[in-house]
Amino acid sequence: MYRYNDFDTAFLAERNAQFRQQVERRIDGSLTEEEFRPLRLMNGLYLQLHAYMLRVAIPYGTLNSGQMRQLALIAEKFDKGYGHFTTRQNIQYNWPKLPDVPDILDALGEVQLHAIQTSGNTIRNVTADHFAGAAADEIADPRPVAELIRQWSTDHPEFQFLPRKFKFAVTGSPNDRAVTRAHDIGVRMVRNAAGEPGYEILVGGGLGRTPMIGKVIRDFLPPEDLLPYLEAIVSVYNVLGRRDNKYKARIKITVHENGLDTYRDRVEARFAEIKPLFSGVDQQMLREIEDHFAAPAFRNAPTDAYDAARDANPAFRAWSDTNLAEHKANGYAIVTVSLKKHGDTPGDATAEQMRVLADLGEKYSHDELRISHEQNAILPHVHKSDLPAVYAALREAGLATANVGLISDIIACPGMDYCALATARSIPVAQEIAQRFDDLKLEHDIGPLKLKISGCINACGHHHVGHIGILGLDRAGVENYQITLGGDGTETAEIGSRTGPGFAYDEITDAIERIVLAYLDLRESPEETFLMAYRRVGADPFKAALYPEDKGKSRAA
Amino acid sequence: MPRAFTPKVVTANALLEGDVVYLTADDRWTRQLSEAELLTDEAVAAERLLSAERRQAEIVGAYLVDMVAGDNGPEPTHFREGFRRTGPSNYHHGKQAEV
Ligand code: SF4
Repeated sequence: MYRYNDFDTAFLAERNAQFRQQVERRIDGSLTEEEFRPLRLMNGLYLQLHAYMLRVAIPYGTLNSGQMRQLALIAEKFDKGYGHFTTRQNIQYNWPKLPDVPDILDALGEVQLHAIQTSGNTIRNVTADHFAGAAADEIADPRPVAELIRQWSTDHPEFQFLPRKFKFAVTGSPNDRAVTRAHDIGVRMVRNAAGEPGYEILVGGGLGRTPMIGKVIRDFLPPEDLLPYLEAIVSVYNVLGRRDNKYKARIKITVHENGLDTYRDRVEARFAEIKPLFSGVDQQMLREIEDHFAAPAFRNAPTDAYDAARDANPAFRAWSDTNLAEHKANGYAIVTVSLKKHGDTPGDATAEQMRVLADLGEKYSHDELRISHEQNAILPHVHKSDLPAVYAALREAGLATANVGLISDIIACPGMDYCALATARSIPVAQEIAQRFDDLKLEHDIGPLKLKISGCINACGHHHVGHIGILGLDRAGVENYQITLGGDGTETAEIGSRTGPGFAYDEITDAIERIVLAYLDLRESPEETFLMAYRRVGADPFKAALYPEDKGKSRAA
Repeated sequence: MPRAFTPKVVTANALLEGDVVYLTADDRWTRQLSEAELLTDEAVAAERLLSAERRQAEIVGAYLVDMVAGDNGPEPTHFREGFRRTGPSNYHHGKQAEV
């Protein structure tokens, strides 16, 4: 993975030293909150409901063991012994104290991590496929490109005050695990008819108040044009994007209001202007970055121990059925470690669990770990013969929940338990639903089902692209939960449709159960997933189950 | 007839810890809502907020929030303030753990 050079290290140290002084000046009263707020936000420090919150970027979700250990140490020393992994491949600390934050940033700097541009109207943490560099279906590792974008966008003078925040996602696989179609810019590594590598560029996707699926602005961009073309897109947005209305400021609205063709013309014109300024240094940098991401030396060994353990241990078999994905190297597997134990907070890991993950990463996964936007941890390169040992260690640490991709593998944003913007809670809703389906012992029978919960219209919990989405709202001073169905965050992306009136806090779990039981009733076979069934029959049978008093009459949402 | 004034409390977050604080009648910042001053007069409430906002070295983001008089001091009228008073529902952290 990428290692900082002297420039990166010096830059970060200088930023941290500046912020240390700014914090001191805030505490001694020489800076007002109004003056300090933009400075702390530039360094990822928010003020939430009950405390400050520090958001640390995990670039494209990749960590090494040393970094994970440091995250654990920070959780223990400066927080309440845990961290929360988010849908943007960040980690959030929910309880830092202001005077400690400069020390936390220094501790992060020691392991080449930071919180820069995790807030504000800037280019945020670049996310990528969490199976990057490991997936069997991958065309190329997306992380070098993500790292190139990270370096280009960090402290980019033209892009520190964009109309609104700006999010990139990159995937190197045809199966889109990085939700590229719901990002401001999505980069998909593709090959053209002649087999040459290049990029498909998507623009104007996003969730939130006005959810939109990204549109293809260039179906095949040659590799050497990548950075100037991306710069042209952001540059046009910087000029055209609306600054008069926060709700219309994202690029999805700019593209929508101006029309894709007009937007593309402007981008092409800008691209023609700036392309000559890119002397090829960017490509040289990309080559250097690629060297950092060379594949580990995979070993060739028998996998009998794995097969034997599957035969001997049904719990291990169940776990390996749900939590493993196909690796590109023979004899290897990608392990998804569920941070969704039934009844626990989605995406939370204790310091102790982080250390276990770090140790396993070091010992069994070539020192690599990943964090997924689905709020799980990944051991990307595990030889199958090591899986029984990995499973045993995970089990000991409460990390062996066999539910990846199932209904209890819920994405949930922090919601009103932490977030100052929330209109309702999401965590306890997730906890109760996961617990319910565990009690019913139904989730393996139900099969693949993505349930996603947001605590307000900002949609950090990606509810629009959940097969079942839940949006928590404040209706006349009471928590109310709206359901959407049929969303999809993959290469066949779709925004879910609202079923109708929402449900009270104490009704929502029953409502979800009714939807799922209706699915079990109407599916043609266990092979027909929830999403397939929804696409076949439409919303009506589910609405009938949700609103029995309506007897399935179509009801206005 | 003028609209009836809903009683208020001045609340904010503490500068260093970031936790929820309330203004008392004797100008202290308290962590306990029960100790907060319940403001029943609109003009007085506005004036109390102004003076609170000047205390930049102690707090962040002071605002007035609706409350009703209860047996044990002011009580929140909205669930958001209920959570601010108590702490998160997924862990025994925050205010609920401090008492
Ligand atoms: S969706 Fe809303 S409540 Fe949830 S984290 Fe985002 S802003 Fe906060």
